[in-house]
Amino acid sequence: MASVELINVSKSYGNVQVLRDINLSLEQGEFVVFVGPSGCGKSTLLRMIAGLEDITGGELRIDGAPMNDVMPARRGIAMVFQSYALYPHMTVYENMSFGLEQAKLSTPEIEARVQAAAKMLQIEELLGRKPRQLSGGQRQRVAIGRAITRDPRVFLFDEPLSNLDAALRVDTRLEIAALGQRLPDTTMIYVTHDQVEAMTLADRIVVLNGGNVEQVGTPMELYSEPASQFVAGFIGSPRMNFLSGAVAEAHGAVTYGIRPEHIALSSDAGDWAGKVTLTERLGSDTFVHAEVEGIGAVNVRIEGRADVSAGQAVFLTPDAASVHLFDAAGRPVAGRPDA
Amino acid sequence: MKPPLWQTIGFYTLVGLIVLQAVFPFYYAILTSLEDGQALFEVNYLPKALNLANYQAMLTEGVFGKQILNSVFVATVVVILSLFLAVTAAYALSRIRFRGRGLLLLTVLSVSMFPQIAVLSGLFEVIRYFGLFNSLWSLVFSYMIFTLPFTVWVLTTFMRNLPVEIEEAAIMDGASSFTIIRRVFLPLMWPAMVTTGLLAFIHAWNEFLFALTFLSTDSQRTVPVAIALISGRSEFEIPWGNIMAASVIVTLPLVALVLVFQRKIVSGLTAGAVKG
Amino acid sequence: MAETAKKSRLSRSRTRSAWLFLAPMLVTLAVVAAWPLGRTIWFSFTDASLDLMSDARWVGFRNYLEYVEWGDGEGQYYGLLADARWWRSVWNTILFAVVSVSFETLFGLVIALVLNQQFRGRGLVRAAVLIPWAIPTIVSAKMWAWMLHDQFGIINDMLQGLGLISQPIAWTASPDTAMVAVLMVDIWKTTPFMALLILAGLQMVPQDIYEAAKLDGVPAWRVFRKITLPLIMPAVLVAVVFRTLDALRVFDIVYVLTPNTDATRTMSVYARENLFDYDQFAYGSAASTLLFLVIALITITFIMATRMDLEGKRS
Repeated sequence: MASVELINVSKSYGNVQVLRDINLSLEQGEFVVFVGPSGCGKSTLLRMIAGLEDITGGELRIDGAPMNDVMPARRGIAMVFQSYALYPHMTVYENMSFGLEQAKLSTPEIEARVQAAAKMLQIEELLGRKPRQLSGGQRQRVAIGRAITRDPRVFLFDEPLSNLDAALRVDTRLEIAALGQRLPDTTMIYVTHDQVEAMTLADRIVVLNGGNVEQVGTPMELYSEPASQFVAGFIGSPRMNFLSGAVAEAHGAVTYGIRPEHIALSSDAGDWAGKVTLTERLGSDTFVHAEVEGIGAVNVRIEGRADVSAGQAVFLTPDAASVHLFDAAGRPVAGRPDA
Repeated sequence: MKPPLWQTIGFYTLVGLIVLQAVFPFYYAILTSLEDGQALFEVNYLPKALNLANYQAMLTEGVFGKQILNSVFVATVVVILSLFLAVTAAYALSRIRFRGRGLLLLTVLSVSMFPQIAVLSGLFEVIRYFGLFNSLWSLVFSYMIFTLPFTVWVLTTFMRNLPVEIEEAAIMDGASSFTIIRRVFLPLMWPAMVTTGLLAFIHAWNEFLFALTFLSTDSQRTVPVAIALISGRSEFEIPWGNIMAASVIVTLPLVALVLVFQRKIVSGLTAGAVKG
Repeated sequence: MAETAKKSRLSRSRTRSAWLFLAPMLVTLAVVAAWPLGRTIWFSFTDASLDLMSDARWVGFRNYLEYVEWGDGEGQYYGLLADARWWRSVWNTILFAVVSVSFETLFGLVIALVLNQQFRGRGLVRAAVLIPWAIPTIVSAKMWAWMLHDQFGIINDMLQGLGLISQPIAWTASPDTAMVAVLMVDIWKTTPFMALLILAGLQMVPQDIYEAAKLDGVPAWRVFRKITLPLIMPAVLVAVVFRTLDALRVFDIVYVLTPNTDATRTMSVYARENLFDYDQFAYGSAASTLLFLVIALITITFIMATRMDLEGKRS
């Protein structure tokens, strides 16, 4: 039985439809990431699952039971908010016990659950503090701890890393991944606009765009078999090169897509002749921006260091097996061209 | 870059003038209240006497003590009641979307624009109907007309600025609306409650028109009316010393409150008026 | 859309608690404001008197205006709109509102500009400025009545000492100066409020604008006229409107400082005199109703003109 099921779910504010006929089925214990650009409806979808937004149409089921009309606290879910949303006037302990208290649990039971969660997240020594005495990372842990004490069937994360600085973000990301493994029966739904978070955390990714599901799949499926030009462009960094004109038409498509890492660079020979306009050196990689005659700007990713500099003439060779072709509507064109 | 000397002198002269005009009348009232008998009728700029006879007269003879208690009672009950009514209302107005919310806020705001005189005759009838005439409760009741819209307005603005996610977290935690107010918002709202409570207190303490109209006996009156009605046997025997002593007594606590809570009051006033 | 938007249990329960939470306030406001206002307006069309309110009979517009014919084609208008004392009080009110608000705005602006400067002891000065606002209106009126006393008043003493006047002036008693006295007290008492509101507006002006102007070498006066003034105009405007509405209902100061004189009687004072002193309850109600109409009209115009943001949608 699916853990979380969305059947033809839609959402509109007045006449503005923000989500259209969403159909999704999440397995128990799965880590699912909703990803998409801002305004795509991913947060709204999460909030509908949480019960903070009304479901305009369709049905939401959790463990088979319809949830449209169930109060948020009775859905067996817990949520970690973007801003942590800790109660500023309560201690960490009180923050974690507040929900249990509302659920009328006995005091020893509350105590046991809070202690267990605190131990798991190594925040036992913080239990007596107020949120303002904590660092950003500690607040984040308390927010997760508060969610864990509820012992939820479904765990919701709404962009939980966006308020952390870059270094802490990576650490916390790893912790959340570890948490997913430590709670194997709990379904995790995680919303982010950052495709790196999506790729690293997810068992499955749901890509949303303009209120529609663009594609659902494992990170590698999305990377190698994007179901649309949008997904192809959204997943992967640096972005896939999209070329139009003759090179696409030659393959019977409107758009010809090739990832920067799927292009070989040579100084003597290759399919495309061009000139380097800019290089970005990251140490581990080098991004080479080149202007190819008759095709346009192409970005190439070379592992390690590349001995090219601006103005230099180069030859580029796309890996034919990794080319993605799209029609005018951005749908993939069937039949991969063989070289 | 230092400004020229004449500018500095001019600026501090202006500051001096501003302070002088603000403080002098109250200073002079204190001065007068400490004078007695003939000294009263000589114009003095500096304290000459330190005679507490006027204070003694006001506090021991007559009902002024009782009148102060009346004022304290009315103002305190008004503050408690209007805060209680306003907190729940402000939560609904700031946090819950429902049809007619904007119109409702507009109505509340427009009540605060009501001239008191416009409701005076109707209110007089209501108060007589409930048998509250000459009772302090008539004031508690009628003062709601100006304290309630104001408190609702300021608290609504304040609550609207509290983070939405905290409330959502509480909803996820299974807290009812009432629990959210009591356990989550109320502890966060103390600054705003102190400010609005203070302003409501000052307003109720100072009110004159209703107090003049709805109370008829001396022992029931509040201090503003009491002071306004202090008179002598003739126009030439007005006991200015007593009036000034009474004035100082009712004003000192207010001045103290205002000075202590200066910042809070300023923020409350501007929240009430500027955020149109 | 095919589906009808169905509200979830959460939003239904929230809407329900919204009305539950609002009910006590709404009932209170209905009983202390809406119902009395309606009754006042009703009384203004009746012959109600203080002791016989319940027996009030409908008399139409008689309290406002009535033409009584004496026969022979002669007659006279009666009623509020034909009452010279009423029109005098309307004029007094308008004069009071315009002059007091103008001076309060001007002085308030000066004080706000001073308080907006960095200087030692600014906190103390701001505290001092607040004192007049903290003093109850009645107390201010009495304090000033004493200072303006014709024989023993310190104001006359000062002015004589400075050689500005040769004879003591009976400030509050003389019809020529009574309005001046009232205005003086009100301006003194209310300027701090104005100054605070304008100061709040001033403090919202971002500091770097001034720094940019300084780098451009714009002279101080031009900075004030071209940058500060336009930016604080909205705050000043709101303050002016609030104060005007307040000034139009002035009662306490006039009633205590200059009782019973045509020179200062305002609409509120006129209405209350008729209601409770002259036993003309219905007539006084008519005056109250007219005052309400004037203020309502100004308020509505203001709300329309500024399209006030009530939902807090503005970011």
